[in-house]
Amino acid sequence: MSLPAYFPILLLTILAGAFAVVSIFVANRLTPRRWTDVKVEPYECGITPEEMPERERFPVKFYLVAMLFIVFDIETVFMYPWAVEYKALKAFGLAEMGTFIGILLAAYVYVWRRGGLEWAE
Amino acid sequence: MTSVPVEYYLALAGLMFAVGTVGVLVRRNAIVIFMFIELMLNAVNLLFVTFARMHGNLDGQVLVFFVLVVAAAEVTVGLAIIVSIFRRRASADVDDVNLLKW
Amino acid sequence: MTPFNVPPIHLSGIAPEITLMIAAFAVLFIGVFTNDRFNHVVQPLVATIGFGIAIYWAVVSWGIARTAELQLSNMVALDRFAIFAKVVLAAFGVLTVWTARDHLSTHHLRDFEFYALVLFCVSGMMLMAASADLIVMFIALETFSIALYVMVGYRRDELAGQESAMKYFLLGAFSSAFFLLGIALVYGATGSTNLYGTPGHPGILSFLTGSSALDVGLLLLGMAFLIVGLGFKIAAVPFHMWTPDAYQGAPSPVTGFMASATKLAAFAAILRLFDVAMYSLRWDWRPYLIGLAIASMVIGSVVALVQEDVKRILAYSSIAHAGFVLTGVIAANDAGVSSSLFYLATYGLTILGAFAVVAAIGGRGERRVRLADYRGLYHESPLLAGAMTLFLLSLAGVPITAGFVGKLVVFIAAIQAGYWWLVVVALAMSAVAAFFYIRIIVVMYMSERLEPLPEGGGPAPVVLGAAGRAVVGVTALATIFFGLIWGPLIGLAGHATLFAG
Repeated sequence: MSLPAYFPILLLTILAGAFAVVSIFVANRLTPRRWTDVKVEPYECGITPEEMPERERFPVKFYLVAMLFIVFDIETVFMYPWAVEYKALKAFGLAEMGTFIGILLAAYVYVWRRGGLEWAE
Repeated sequence: MTSVPVEYYLALAGLMFAVGTVGVLVRRNAIVIFMFIELMLNAVNLLFVTFARMHGNLDGQVLVFFVLVVAAAEVTVGLAIIVSIFRRRASADVDDVNLLKW
Repeated sequence: MTPFNVPPIHLSGIAPEITLMIAAFAVLFIGVFTNDRFNHVVQPLVATIGFGIAIYWAVVSWGIARTAELQLSNMVALDRFAIFAKVVLAAFGVLTVWTARDHLSTHHLRDFEFYALVLFCVSGMMLMAASADLIVMFIALETFSIALYVMVGYRRDELAGQESAMKYFLLGAFSSAFFLLGIALVYGATGSTNLYGTPGHPGILSFLTGSSALDVGLLLLGMAFLIVGLGFKIAAVPFHMWTPDAYQGAPSPVTGFMASATKLAAFAAILRLFDVAMYSLRWDWRPYLIGLAIASMVIGSVVALVQEDVKRILAYSSIAHAGFVLTGVIAANDAGVSSSLFYLATYGLTILGAFAVVAAIGGRGERRVRLADYRGLYHESPLLAGAMTLFLLSLAGVPITAGFVGKLVVFIAAIQAGYWWLVVVALAMSAVAAFFYIRIIVVMYMSERLEPLPEGGGPAPVVLGAAGRAVVGVTALATIFFGLIWGPLIGLAGHATLFAG
């Protein structure tokens, strides 16, 4: 292993590190901070935010539903390659995907029975 | 049609990863730290796709699917932990969480 | 378009993992369709049966694995190394389930989900030990890590537990990103993520044997990042920052599980990656690992001296032990592999027992965990104090305990490989470490407790149910047994140096 082989890697490492540090600090320095009432509102596009209850920001249900959505939503990504090669994969692909969906379904039944999908208490 | 050289993608991925790393180390808000970690993962995804192109095989592209899904699972659990702290403390700042020595 | 050929599907290699997944779902479904009282009785049994069947599947394939083979398009290895690790991991899982049972009911927590998490977690760890492809390794790593994040924060009403879960999660995800970057760079260098390769598709091993030394620059960089990622999981210095906090804030049964099973799984990956797949690069990775080993032994042993919380002391001790095991990995010979496995198996049993005792003494909310709280424990509960003494002596490496044999075989392997100076450092640090173990022991045998509990009231009675007593008894017996009759286990670990590929 000769040292010159490392040189580009070293250079890129230094460059990458420097770029990251510099850009974060420069951005922090240069940003003009002119706060106006409109700017600090959650939605700059003009929707007037509702008054929030003091302590509880959002009912935890929102988070729960969002999280369950993320997981089940992203799992469908595996169906795309299968869909593209559906014909070539024949019964094997169908069986594999069936197993996959079966596992998801089991998780779904668990979430349902556990009360993860109930909105009202 | 001219195509963008592969090295540019590698450099971009390297920069993204470095920004993510520095962001994790510099920022104090748990959710922001988490976003920087996601940035690091996406930098690696870009690397995978670029290398897949370079090697002319599909392994790298398949890997991206797995990384995406695993990242989603991680997001879910991570957000659940952060939200449950947030609800008790009304703060997601890692410096406010100081019961244990860092 | 090339026609698609269905790859041969042999599930014998991952039968234990599949069994645990099915058992986990069984636990979840029984849990949601029945009541809590029923669950409390039945669920630990269901989990234990799951682990039992998993062990059965693993043991059955021990004979077949004489000719180690790769399965599922060379994604999974069925070799004796993996089988050994799987059986030990399943044993750790069973002990964790029964330690947790008392702990969870003391804290009025719903327990069946915890057992399901342990099952999922061990399943991921087993896959980690058997993975012959970096992407399988990544998925396995995340499977057990994500389950662990939840387990660390399982006591949701306690801020300290939540805080340690958050720290463990953020740093764990951070380290996963580095591990993934390592995979990407190795893939970029070799064009494959498979350690052994498939026909017509060379893997990392054949890349290393076939290529000139000049194009390995990218591979070396990837290797360094893999070390970072796995270094977090084994809690080696300088990637140990999460360890004391996570160990302190997590429920004690989970801490024991993290110290035993997580370490074994991550070390299994390290052994397969570095001592097998990247064996020809050993002159390149050894310096990194030697650095990690020395730093872990020194920092772990020295910082533990000034800790006042028993869980933190054991956390730093686990960092030091990661350093000791690394000396076996660095040896990179058969003796190194088998001695590392023996060390990890016996250390795991000992530390699980130790944390079962810590859980029992800690009581509700684990308030009684400071060193001062251990004063006079002998007078309060002689058996617990005796068991804890045994565990601590084994961790210190005193003869006739398993810890002594473990250290002995690891150091012999390192000396055989010519790393006698590393062993000298390790011995010096073992001597330093002995101080804080003995410190705990001395405190336990002191006459009386000096100060009352911080929350007032009398001394909380030490609660240890039948299951907890059984766990402490089994681990204590194992600690003595493997200290006296180490031959059989070392023999099995010696067979476990048979790798696929």
